[in-house]
Amino acid sequence: MDDVINKRINEVLKGDQNAFEEIVTLFQHRLYQVCYRMLGNAQESEDIAQEAFVRAYINIHTFDQKRKFSTWLFRIATNLCIDRIRKKKPDYYLDANVPGTDGLNMYSQIAASGELPEEEVERMEMQERIHYEIGRLPEKYRSVIILRYIEELPLQEIGDILELPLGTVKTRVHRGREALRKQIGNM
Amino acid sequence: MNTCPEQIVHLMHAYLDGDISRDEERELKAHLESCPECKEIMNGLTESIAFIGSATPIKAPENFVDSVMTRLPKEKSQANAQRWLRRHPLFAAAAMFLILMSASLFSSYGNDQQFSVTKQPNLIVEGQTVLVPAGETIKGDIVVKNGTLRIDGEVDGDVTVIRGSKYMASTAIVTGTSEEIDEVFDWLWYKMKQTVKDIFPSSNDDKLDE
Repeated sequence: MDDVINKRINEVLKGDQNAFEEIVTLFQHRLYQVCYRMLGNAQESEDIAQEAFVRAYINIHTFDQKRKFSTWLFRIATNLCIDRIRKKKPDYYLDANVPGTDGLNMYSQIAASGELPEEEVERMEMQERIHYEIGRLPEKYRSVIILRYIEELPLQEIGDILELPLGTVKTRVHRGREALRKQIGNM
Repeated sequence: MNTCPEQIVHLMHAYLDGDISRDEERELKAHLESCPECKEIMNGLTESIAFIGSATPIKAPENFVDSVMTRLPKEKSQANAQRWLRRHPLFAAAAMFLILMSASLFSSYGNDQQFSVTKQPNLIVEGQTVLVPAGETIKGDIVVKNGTLRIDGEVDGDVTVIRGSKYMASTAIVTGTSEEIDEVFDWLWYKMKQTVKDIFPSSNDDKLDE
């Protein structure tokens, strides 16, 4: 897999833009999924995931081919997601009461909205609920939980992606699990 | 949890991370069997993980790849040139030299507004007009810049008028080439020819120059 990717990367480096298409095709779903779980809504996730690929293309000459490409790509994407989450934080209190009054488009509003009333949560379908619970996690824990339990990556790789020491990753995974347990309670 | 040692919670997470020793695992299991509170915490943790892990994979939208490809910057040719130059430093140096050279050529074309003429003994100069008198023969080339050249007599050599005009009487004879230069590219071409001539003087030119 890495050989194929490095071959394509070399073609991109030589100026063959089309070789990048195969790289996008290979990673599109995983990258989009990470963004979607991080940000919560489809529109933003599509934008950020695309942006991540564009940045990867522009900076491809900085990628060290001895390392794992997916790690590098995920790092670009998670950094963009975290930036986006931090930027929109101030205004998410403003619309926090909107989802409670309007259940129509809840799925798209979940992650941006924070808390929902208990009855609302209990009426959710399972997939909806999973998405909601991930979105409720503080951003610090959300990224490690997504990478650990949705992407099923080893702790070391998560550390490489988020540029955190292994110990910090472990602590965040532990706290993330605790947070989830408290959020979900006894189902 | 309040009464149980902190160590037990650590062991739970170590267990979930898969880095727990046999002895520690035995210690944890023994504790969980004797402590319903801790057992509930442990179950809560494993259930939460299983719950999150049962998320269905999310796929990127249909047109995702195409959208990315259209968003890529169209820097191809520029990037290519840069990469190519990085790999061929000698060419880069040569290109730089040419750019500087041509810059000096262009500037000399632009700045050189003054009237000038090649010194030849029989030429008559009146203001900005140079006259080759009738019946006279000029031996050698004539170059006139920013002025008018009238040829009534004979020139045994090349005649060049740069940004000016040239009138030839019916009696005029020019044995060499005769040209007028007005445009920058003509000028450049002329300069290049001159440079080549200076570097590789032919025997014919030598004779005329003397």
